[in-house]
Amino acid sequence: MNWSAIAAIYRFEMTRFFRTLAQSFLSPVLSTSLYFVVFGTAIGSRIQEVEGVSYGAFIVPGLIMLSIVTLSISNASFGIYFPKFLGTIYELLSAPINFIEIVIGYVGAAATKALFVGLVILVTATFFVDLRIEHPFAMAAFLILSCLSFSLLGFIIGIWASNFEQMSLVPQLVVTPLIFLGGTFYSISMLPPVWQTITLFNPVVYLISGFRWSFYGFADVPIFWSLLAIVAFTGICLAVIGWIFKTGWRIRS
Amino acid sequence: MAPILSIKDLRKSYEGGFEALKGVTLDIEQGEILALLGPNGAGKTTLISTVCGITTPTSGSVTVGGHDIQTDFRAARQMIGLVPQEIALEPFEKVWNTVRFSRGLFGYGADSARLEEILRKLSLWDKRRNAIKELSGGMKRRVLIAKALAHEPRVLFLDEPTAGVDVELRKDMWDIVAELKASGVTIILTTHYIEEAEAIADRVGVIDKGELLLVQDKDTLMAQMGKKQIEVMLNEPVDAIPDCLSAHNLTLNGAGDVLVYTYDTNADRTGITTLLNDVAQAGLVLRDVQTRQSSLEEIFVNLVSGEPA
Repeated sequence: MNWSAIAAIYRFEMTRFFRTLAQSFLSPVLSTSLYFVVFGTAIGSRIQEVEGVSYGAFIVPGLIMLSIVTLSISNASFGIYFPKFLGTIYELLSAPINFIEIVIGYVGAAATKALFVGLVILVTATFFVDLRIEHPFAMAAFLILSCLSFSLLGFIIGIWASNFEQMSLVPQLVVTPLIFLGGTFYSISMLPPVWQTITLFNPVVYLISGFRWSFYGFADVPIFWSLLAIVAFTGICLAVIGWIFKTGWRIRS
Repeated sequence: MAPILSIKDLRKSYEGGFEALKGVTLDIEQGEILALLGPNGAGKTTLISTVCGITTPTSGSVTVGGHDIQTDFRAARQMIGLVPQEIALEPFEKVWNTVRFSRGLFGYGADSARLEEILRKLSLWDKRRNAIKELSGGMKRRVLIAKALAHEPRVLFLDEPTAGVDVELRKDMWDIVAELKASGVTIILTTHYIEEAEAIADRVGVIDKGELLLVQDKDTLMAQMGKKQIEVMLNEPVDAIPDCLSAHNLTLNGAGDVLVYTYDTNADRTGITTLLNDVAQAGLVLRDVQTRQSSLEEIFVNLVSGEPA
């Protein structure tokens, strides 16, 4: 393992994060605060409590998940797409590093940034609502696994994309709708029975449900399925990346 | 001594059947400067990209310092530095950071003293805290060279290093290349500027349509393939070449005061003495005589066009 190369990529990516601190850090904090104000106040005044938790507190896990999933994907996809776009990828391809080391560097940095923002949102939330975390280790595990797995997905998107339009295609047309329809702002038990069944085909439901369970101890789906979903999703992403590694798809001509 | 870079029957075909390299074989000795000449699309960049690991070869083998570029890619790439043709740099990154990043990719820690030495050598030290976007085109090229040298490579590829660079900077680049050669670095450069190859290369390779047409010592090449001309300037212009000189295959310039004689430097007899005697016997008075050797550019054009030099 060329650890020095991994560290170089990681540090280079993190430098970009700190250089654009306002965009990387303040923007998610501001948008999350707006969610609290708008959703928490407007809808929270009509929905007093969900399963004994105030509506404002109920949406916190979903909001964190919304941010870290979106950020993991955008960080990792831009991280690897930018060198392709600028042509600087020649340096990665001609260095004594293999694809796994490149993935660890970029995905590690993307996941770290998302994790950092997720924790900031968590702290920000404490200013608006009373939070409790019943299963802190499970919460940390879900948080880290979600950052890693969606960073892997972002990396795949960045490798696949050949223009900026394609970069935003999957996040905007697939991921964001799935998150919004995945129980971020509601419990699926609030839905009509037919929609409850349909919703179960949305993989993000398992993610948010499991993450919410780690906070408040209740879930829309059994926690085992949530764990299985996130592990399976990570496995699929790793398999795709393994295939890219073998074939050099869209990287090496 | 074993060559530092050995390319054997290297082929590269792209999807759709285009053959960019058609069995290139080439050995490069340590410490030499090889200039690869060729028209656009000849396969120069593909050859470099394949050796450096950016492009996967279809068949053939390449070793760098005895290390195969595929089976022992880490050791092979460790020895190589690449300065690409296009200016590919992160515009918002600082000069220091981007050079340190390159060094890190090759497994080295940030050796501040070494980085300072490289930046000073390339006149970039004062710009180390500047973002890349603040630099001029010439400075950006220097940054690319600094990045390529950050891990102290033994073999340096310069892909069109002076394309679009002004004359002064081009001379600077040549000085840098000369310094690197003096420190034992092997340099392979591609160029469109024939005078560049003529000025700095030890050997010249001519590549066209994916095939290496020849690789030869530059001076030998010029001596072997170069034509030389004698221009005999006359005191008084003449209307036509006198009959007694017709055997010499001369040409007369438009003003009628210069006779041009082309000869082969490698021939047993150049025919110069006879020519000058015959000129004197024809009653022509010489004002001056000068010789001119055909340039590498003419040799190159002749080779690529398939015409004899």
